[in-house]
Amino acid sequence: MSSVAPDPPATQAPEKSWTVKVREAGVEALPPEKLLPDGQPTYVASWIYMFGVASIASLIVIITSGSILALKGPAWWHYTGVGHFFNSVHLWSVELFFFAMVVHLWGKYWMAAWRGGRSRVWVTGAITFLVAVPAALTGYVSQQNFDAQWISTQAKDGLNSVGVGAFFNVTNFGQMYSYHVLLLPIAVVGLVSAHVLLVRKHGVVPPFKLERRKAALATAASAGHDGSPAGTDGGAQS
Amino acid sequence: MSLLRLKDDTQPWKGRYYPYDLVKELCIAVGVIALLALLLTVLFSSPDDKPSTIAQWSRQLPQNFVGTAASQLAGTSGTATYGPPYNHNGTGQEAWIIKPQKWLGVSHPIDTERDFVVGPLETVPNDPALTAALAQYKAAPEKQKKEWAEAYAKPFAEIAEAEEAGKKPPATVSVEEATGTVTVTPSGDAGPVPVMMNSLLALAKSGGVDGSLLTSKQFFQTDYTKPLLFMADGGLLEERAKAQHLLGEQWGMMNETGSYPGQPWLWLYALWYQVEPFKSSENADILVMMVMGVLSLAFICIPFIPGINRIPRKIPIYKLIWKEHYRDVTSS
Amino acid sequence: MSSVGVLGAVFNLNHPAHTVDWEFIHLSVANVIVIAVMLIVFALAIVLPFPGAASRRAARGRGGSS
Repeated sequence: MSSVAPDPPATQAPEKSWTVKVREAGVEALPPEKLLPDGQPTYVASWIYMFGVASIASLIVIITSGSILALKGPAWWHYTGVGHFFNSVHLWSVELFFFAMVVHLWGKYWMAAWRGGRSRVWVTGAITFLVAVPAALTGYVSQQNFDAQWISTQAKDGLNSVGVGAFFNVTNFGQMYSYHVLLLPIAVVGLVSAHVLLVRKHGVVPPFKLERRKAALATAASAGHDGSPAGTDGGAQS
Repeated sequence: MSLLRLKDDTQPWKGRYYPYDLVKELCIAVGVIALLALLLTVLFSSPDDKPSTIAQWSRQLPQNFVGTAASQLAGTSGTATYGPPYNHNGTGQEAWIIKPQKWLGVSHPIDTERDFVVGPLETVPNDPALTAALAQYKAAPEKQKKEWAEAYAKPFAEIAEAEEAGKKPPATVSVEEATGTVTVTPSGDAGPVPVMMNSLLALAKSGGVDGSLLTSKQFFQTDYTKPLLFMADGGLLEERAKAQHLLGEQWGMMNETGSYPGQPWLWLYALWYQVEPFKSSENADILVMMVMGVLSLAFICIPFIPGINRIPRKIPIYKLIWKEHYRDVTSS
Repeated sequence: MSSVGVLGAVFNLNHPAHTVDWEFIHLSVANVIVIAVMLIVFALAIVLPFPGAASRRAARGRGGSS
């Protein structure tokens, strides 16, 4: 006998039910087939497309290794081999994260991936990068070693000059550790989630249309072919 | 919006799809990245240079420590004259009428005379000479305190000036190698200050100043601002940083200790500090931050910036990315 | 300097960095390598063929979405 509850019957929920509104808006924006499609357009055919998922994968490794470091506290990695090992994994996954993110943004720029109503995808991606920088900075100043001492005493000048230092004190380890372990990872994960959901909603940006003259010349050169009109890339959308 | 976004003839894709397993792609990516991180860890590990302490500083560079402590007492050190958020002894940086450092005010008050010198000295027990010196100092009017402190601090400033100018420094400060004690010939009457400074040096060497600066507010502490600012006013951190290529003029904010890769994504931020007018400006930090702020905003708004948003169309790197698609379009 | 974890490293990078210097530019060799590798990887990513060409060809020939 199954322990799974049967699907609940539709209630006569009033039209103004917040639950119904949220559910319907969610399903309308991202029906399951759009949220997790099992296919991609045929133009998704380049290794450059791998750097978005590589960035997410790096973020997963960062959070996993960071969680292990958090389990044992900020001093652990200084006096055990295992701790130092996970600190190294955490540091290198951060390097890989920025590496993948920047190659991803280079690719997306040269594809002009904001086209077709996708400007919010670019905007959320750009803001993710800019938030990742202080996320890394708070990590560097939380190391509790010479590097942390130097970076914090230097970075304070830049932050103080714009008034941010008045409420964001890089020499305050407790505050910096809190930002690094909780607040900024939440911000980064939230931004990445919004970014990915927008990509799912709008789809991967289609290629630039070839210029009409070039396309016409190309089709004219291929004699006997049914010259499709320049710029046409396919049939009706599913 | 249409004015900014020019001609965007991108239509929704109405063409073919092929099977693509996104979940498997993510799992493979996590595996590959995890393996790469593991490989880099095994090959290179990570740096962990031990932090400096005030105790180490006072033992390795006693003259530098005493000189810095004297400037803290005299109110001439970097921290003492910093301004907000530590004190009102300076206006901070500004750009024309924009003065956020001043506007946001003092949020982390530090009185260098009290917090870095007198406060730690008050914790020293069973030292009649020090107790008397402190009593004499605290009872004196502000003007007298300043004169004593400046008389003691001046020789250190003169030596620093001479060294910077490449001249022979005056012999007004000497360090006895065996004991590490510092002897100073003040420029005038220094009152009880020499006794206070010698006691502070001894306290520092024992670790007492590290402890005192950290627990001065409460037992549990996570705020290292005071000991860090005290050390940063001196020369030990800078000496170590220079050896590790971490100074500003060495593009240090991009670097890590040792030969590890650092933060290459900070290249543009580091670059501005190397060029005029930022390089020699007293307001370099706020100016660079403002430039980076504008550029960051522009980076976010690339889709809307005329010209910039057309470059990918003009320089056809996209033809390499979508070569298979274009081959199919032109041959079908 | 911690001796704990670095003992396990194949290459010990705990020595002052070598720098690449040109005019006012001073970059550490490690950073230059990272930037160079990024450019190389980007170039390779847009040039190298991506697997699944047969599947895409079949989809184009088949017509209709998957």
